[in-house]
Amino acid sequence: MYELNDVHKAFRRGGATVHALDGLDLTIGSGEFLAVQGPTGQGKSTLLLLLGGLDRPTSGSVVFEGRDLAALSEAELAPLRASEFGFVFQTFNLIPTLTAQENVEAALVPGGIHGKERRDLALAGLDELGLADRATHLPSELSGGQQQRVAIARALVKKPRVLLADEPTGNLDERTRDEIIGLLEQLWQERGLTLVVVTHDSAVARRADRLAVIENGRIDEARGVVTPVP
Amino acid sequence: MYLTYIRRELRRRFKQSLVVALGLAVGVALVVIVSSAAAGVRSAQGQVLHSLYGVGTDMTVTRSLAAGSGAPQRFGGFGPGGSGSGTRKLSRDSLHPQAGSTTLPAADVRKVAQVNGVSAASGGLVLTETEFSGTIPSPAGGGRLGGGSSGGGSPTFSINSLAVDGVAIGANAVGPLTASQVTSGSYFTTAESSARVAIVSDAYARQHSLHVGSTIKVAGKSLRVIGLAGVSSGAADIYLPLATAQKLAGLGGKVTTIFVSVGSASHVTQVAAAVKAALPRATVSTSADLAKQVSGALSSASSLTSNLGRWLSIAALAVAFLVAGLLMTSAISRRVREFGTLKAIGWRTRRLVAQVVGEGLALGLLGGLAGVALGVAAAAAISAAAPSLSATVGSTFASAGGFGPFGGGRRPGGAQSVLVHLTAPLEAHTIVIALLLALAGGLVAGGFGAWRAARLRPADALRSVG
Repeated sequence: MYELNDVHKAFRRGGATVHALDGLDLTIGSGEFLAVQGPTGQGKSTLLLLLGGLDRPTSGSVVFEGRDLAALSEAELAPLRASEFGFVFQTFNLIPTLTAQENVEAALVPGGIHGKERRDLALAGLDELGLADRATHLPSELSGGQQQRVAIARALVKKPRVLLADEPTGNLDERTRDEIIGLLEQLWQERGLTLVVVTHDSAVARRADRLAVIENGRIDEARGVVTPVP
Repeated sequence: MYLTYIRRELRRRFKQSLVVALGLAVGVALVVIVSSAAAGVRSAQGQVLHSLYGVGTDMTVTRSLAAGSGAPQRFGGFGPGGSGSGTRKLSRDSLHPQAGSTTLPAADVRKVAQVNGVSAASGGLVLTETEFSGTIPSPAGGGRLGGGSSGGGSPTFSINSLAVDGVAIGANAVGPLTASQVTSGSYFTTAESSARVAIVSDAYARQHSLHVGSTIKVAGKSLRVIGLAGVSSGAADIYLPLATAQKLAGLGGKVTTIFVSVGSASHVTQVAAAVKAALPRATVSTSADLAKQVSGALSSASSLTSNLGRWLSIAALAVAFLVAGLLMTSAISRRVREFGTLKAIGWRTRRLVAQVVGEGLALGLLGGLAGVALGVAAAAAISAAAPSLSATVGSTFASAGGFGPFGGGRRPGGAQSVLVHLTAPLEAHTIVIALLLALAGGLVAGGFGAWRAARLRPADALRSVG
């Protein structure tokens, strides 16, 4: 599904150049659950942004289903993001002024789905994650776990083929973490998703069927991409 | 979703939204107030001008008396009065063209009527009735006024003057009085075109306890009052049919003023030039010429609305636009993560821009409605207070040897003061323009924010290097 070849990504931060990725090569198969681990500041989140078409590499190629995302225009990337990729963030990133249902609906706006159909789909998405009774609640009225469930419902309501999760359990307690990662695993299996999870948490990484460790902006050559030990 | 998102976002930023909307409201209210006041001033100017030459007149044709060519006013043939104790009572009425003006032959009215673009032309007489009365010591062998006094006692004089207009009567007649101004009684009929009838102004009627059916004296002749007219303070006191006025003043076949109505208001200047060519010795004056001669508080109000008011409105709107734009840009900067997230879930840049512009327009609409409400209230307050403004017309012409281009300047010195009440009438287009300005302000504010939102890179918003 993904072919990343010699990907470099550098950007300016605080007057200095940060080389987030430095010659990264990676292949991700369709339906795979890949966990990405590594120390802070080694390019894990940058990798996720590249996979989701939210950023472009400084050099190298990020090929998704035969199309190099680095070569696509913003107008070509937006529909891909709207249909193919779902994002889940560590800080949930829900729109604070919209209710849980409206947050989920927001993901259907780019697809041109309107009115009752959109409301019904959003409500069904929340129901699937056990949050139908919280549909009219604002994010500030929900617990961390509930907010992350809403974020997952928002990511999946458009039925994407890839789910990209950046530290999805980073802001949750241990019990909720297990609940969320169990949910992601279940959805991955049921829907045949390609799931890429960036995490610091080894307990989460162990659930994946492959583990990539990034260090200094590239896959740790000594360890490679391996099957995690349960 | 679109409107819900706008509504919730504005509610979340309530204080900031309030500042933006109030800023726009103040600017819009100023525009409404200044526009309404300007309309009131225009209306007041119209009242002043109409007081001088009547509703429906676009220009007047007069002939000024050349300096030094006018015969001195004489009061010949004083009627005998009672005498006693060595004094002699005298009284004399004189009806004559107002000082400084002379007459035109009635044939000139036809010449003007034939000028291309003239829709109607009527002759009129703008006259002054001067009443002299007093007692003088009896001279030994009779004598003339102004002769030396040799009898007992000092001479005492009183001179009263009245403004008398002779008006043409007919279906197409234009002039200083129209039938619509008659508040009591009736207007002149064609059968009364040379009758001894008169219409008097309401003010003059009140002052002299006159009513319909009363009798007044003009040039020593009795006339029956057939109507009272509501005219402004600078207008004539007494109106007579033209032929009657000509007869009483001894000006048969003469007029002092030709009142002209022009077919199209936009052609007044060209028609005025054509009339001037037809009557080279005459003075042709348009309402615009006269408006330039309006001075006094009304003129100051006009300058205030057209200069200070306009610039104040522009400045207030500019500041409101700028503040709104800066606040919107600042708000967008705090929503980087939110917009980055929306881009991540597939929202196109143009949708984000539309959302931000929509928020700006909503603020503009709120500010506009509040501003219009504020402006309407202020305009109503001005109209309720109805401050009095005085306007003086024609003084500059007086010093130049003439006495008012429109036959104005009924009083000695050529200047005529008119008191008008300022109102601030609201016009529909003012409200529409005010709302459009507020929406433009919202658009500017939204545009600033949208520009910032469009430049956002989702990766910058979402990146947390891991």
